[in-house]
Amino acid sequence: MFESKSGIFFIAGIGFFLLAFLGNGVVPMIMYKDRHEQTAEEVVNKRVMAQFRDLAQRYPESFQNAFGEPTEEACAEALRLGRQLYVGEGCWHCHSQFVRPVSNESRRFGPVSKSEEYDNELQRPVLFGTRRVGPDLSREGGRRGNDWHAVHFHKPQVVSTDSPMPEYPWFFDGSPDKPNRRGIAVMTYIQWLGSWLEEYPYYEELAEVKGEQ
Amino acid sequence: MTSGPSAHHRSDGFQAGDAGAPAHDDLVDEKIIVCYYVAALTFLTISMLAGLLVALQLVHWNPFRGTELLSPGRWRMIHTNAIAYGFLANAFLGTLHWAVPRLTFHKVLSTRLSWFIFGVWQVIVLSTAVGIVLGPTFQDQPWILALAKKWHLPMNLGAQGLEWGETPFWIDPLALVGLALVAVNFMVPIGKSKGPMYVSLWYFMAAFVWTFLTYAMGNLLPEYAVAGTSAGAIGGLFIHDLVGLFVTPLGWGLMYYFVPIMLKKPIWSHGLSLVGFWGLAFFYPLQGIHHFLYTPIPMFLQYGAVISTIAVELVVATVVINFFGTLVGRGKEFFENLPIRYFYTGMVFYFITCFQCALQVTLTFQKLIHFTDWVVGHAHLVMFGVFSLWLFGIMTYLFPRLLGRPWWSRSLCEYHYWLSAGGLFVMFLDLTLAGIFQGYYWSSLQPWDASTNGSQPFWITRVFAGLAMFAGLLCFLVNLWMTARGAEATDPLPARAAGTPAA
Ligand code: HEC
Ligand code: HEM
Repeated sequence: MFESKSGIFFIAGIGFFLLAFLGNGVVPMIMYKDRHEQTAEEVVNKRVMAQFRDLAQRYPESFQNAFGEPTEEACAEALRLGRQLYVGEGCWHCHSQFVRPVSNESRRFGPVSKSEEYDNELQRPVLFGTRRVGPDLSREGGRRGNDWHAVHFHKPQVVSTDSPMPEYPWFFDGSPDKPNRRGIAVMTYIQWLGSWLEEYPYYEELAEVKGEQ
Repeated sequence: MTSGPSAHHRSDGFQAGDAGAPAHDDLVDEKIIVCYYVAALTFLTISMLAGLLVALQLVHWNPFRGTELLSPGRWRMIHTNAIAYGFLANAFLGTLHWAVPRLTFHKVLSTRLSWFIFGVWQVIVLSTAVGIVLGPTFQDQPWILALAKKWHLPMNLGAQGLEWGETPFWIDPLALVGLALVAVNFMVPIGKSKGPMYVSLWYFMAAFVWTFLTYAMGNLLPEYAVAGTSAGAIGGLFIHDLVGLFVTPLGWGLMYYFVPIMLKKPIWSHGLSLVGFWGLAFFYPLQGIHHFLYTPIPMFLQYGAVISTIAVELVVATVVINFFGTLVGRGKEFFENLPIRYFYTGMVFYFITCFQCALQVTLTFQKLIHFTDWVVGHAHLVMFGVFSLWLFGIMTYLFPRLLGRPWWSRSLCEYHYWLSAGGLFVMFLDLTLAGIFQGYYWSSLQPWDASTNGSQPFWITRVFAGLAMFAGLLCFLVNLWMTARGAEATDPLPARAAGTPAA
């Protein structure tokens, strides 16, 4: 058996692989099978809408061209596109999206991540990440204003001297005050991260954004 | 052909090997091996350039700043994908076309099929690269967003969000067909062979099954079937299995094949070979979740992954012991025989990797080193220090046989070895140390800049270590070019040093 073709093919090849798949993959699937997976439309909330409207006010012309009116439907579309770009541009190879219960991470970033937070379409596949060149982003929403993000994506070193983060001028039509569709989508996505939590550290203290209205 | 391979044909594999065995030229299609190697080295060059680009970005020396198609984020994914699918897969496939027919005394199922697979595979790798580079540029199309909305799927034209599973979704089906054909093409000669199977074939056979299953699991489930934490568990399994069930078994299988030929003696202990194979097969797939410790994945699963990781380190130690047991009495070869030197250097690095892994998988270490450059150092140590060095050793051995002449320059061969192994070792030490610093910067709650600024000396060192590795590759390429051209050699590599066993 240990040196025969069928032993190696069926036991080592298929059997052990399936065993591990059952143990490590199917167990969590069964544990979480009753959870509802939210769609991009369902994860749109008050806070990200407020940010979306903020973008529309700050960059009226660009926004109009990109998404028209700041409706919830347009916001869901921006989230989808934003996440597609976040993956395609490789942001997730420099930024993680989970806060661990150790190493003071909850003091730096915010509440420790919970499993339920990832049950949505925008975590398919989940963007836990394996490397942090830059900080974790799962609680990034509200931490900075949209203008900050615009300048930062255009040229990170302007607002963060010595930043090794690459620049993304193709998110803009020439200058940081003219974000294009891609730019607005990525900013919406970033502002959405963590917007589902109790606390949302919106820097301008607007009640509307903090969800208290 | 030179008399090289047929002269020691009998010693291959230590199984059948009677006088009636078919001749080498009837078994092996040498042209396809050369083509696979050329493709592999091309993608290795691309991958290293991509690695250098990312490394330069981190130290603020990126000369192409703000160029969309050279964005470091995209090229980081080219870096890892070109290595896995462009370099390692091509180099392994080429070598299998040598090893499998010679071990089984049967040709691959079909030479035409082999060439078809070769073509398909290059299309897969190239379109993956094109997809990753151009995908985000063209992502914003109404029809894609409409499909994404309708099906609630990611629908990324470019990279998908799983490390090493970035292969765009529209290539995945082709890649699966390719992998299935590879399995059939090689499994048929293995199936036809008589008598007990040699160790290498255990590994190859299992690897064909595992690679296909792993690829299917990782590229289909987390994208289409499950989201969130369960997808994370599958993602962990995938990254892990790709290294452990595709690269590792093929690599060890080839070591079990080439080392005894070159040392002219059988593997030290058959029992240890059995322990090594079955231990790997059982424990390796169970560890995927160790890539995501302290995530919301259920804690008991994380503990399970940690324990099986520590178990596999013990198994791995038996394999390394077995190979060093084989070297005993032939220690001179380590110094005189270049492929053997590559192989055993790789094994030393393998042992370091596994020792390191047993530490870093513990939750205590994880607190500090997860997310840091420690892990990147570990990845380079295993991917370059072990498997790439092995493949370099194999190529150093096979090219003179495939091209029918000795290596053009002995010193370029030596430079290739020393720059690769030396550069890698510096990179590994450097990144490991960088990781420890980064871990402490973060947990001491200093501003983020402290960690990126504090990493600069390490990142600068990494650029130079990478340049050394790249220079090593250039030496190899120049040497190969001159050898293939048939340039007159003033200082060729003697057959002895290229792996031909002493009489
Ligand atoms: C090469 C690694 C790298 C890549 C790729 C990268 N970043 Fe960053 N990012 C960093 C670093 C380092 C910082 C911290 C310094 C700074 O603020 O620029 C950072 C900071 C940030 C911040 C600010 C965090 C804060 O509040 O301080 C955001 C938001 C961000 N990145 C988003 C992105 C997005 C979106 C992408 C992809 C389009 C991306 N990053 C790609 C390295 C990277
Ligand atoms: C010229 C030499 C090289 C340089 C300069 C280089 C540089 C890099 C850089 C900068 C990264 C990203 C690290 C980060 O995210 O912080 C990386 C990742 C990686 N490289 Fe290389 N690299 C080189 C060669 C190689 C080779 C030859 C291989 C494989 C055989 C390899 C395998 C990897 C892997 C697997 C990763 C992913 C690590 C992870 O995600 O943990 N590299 N490399």
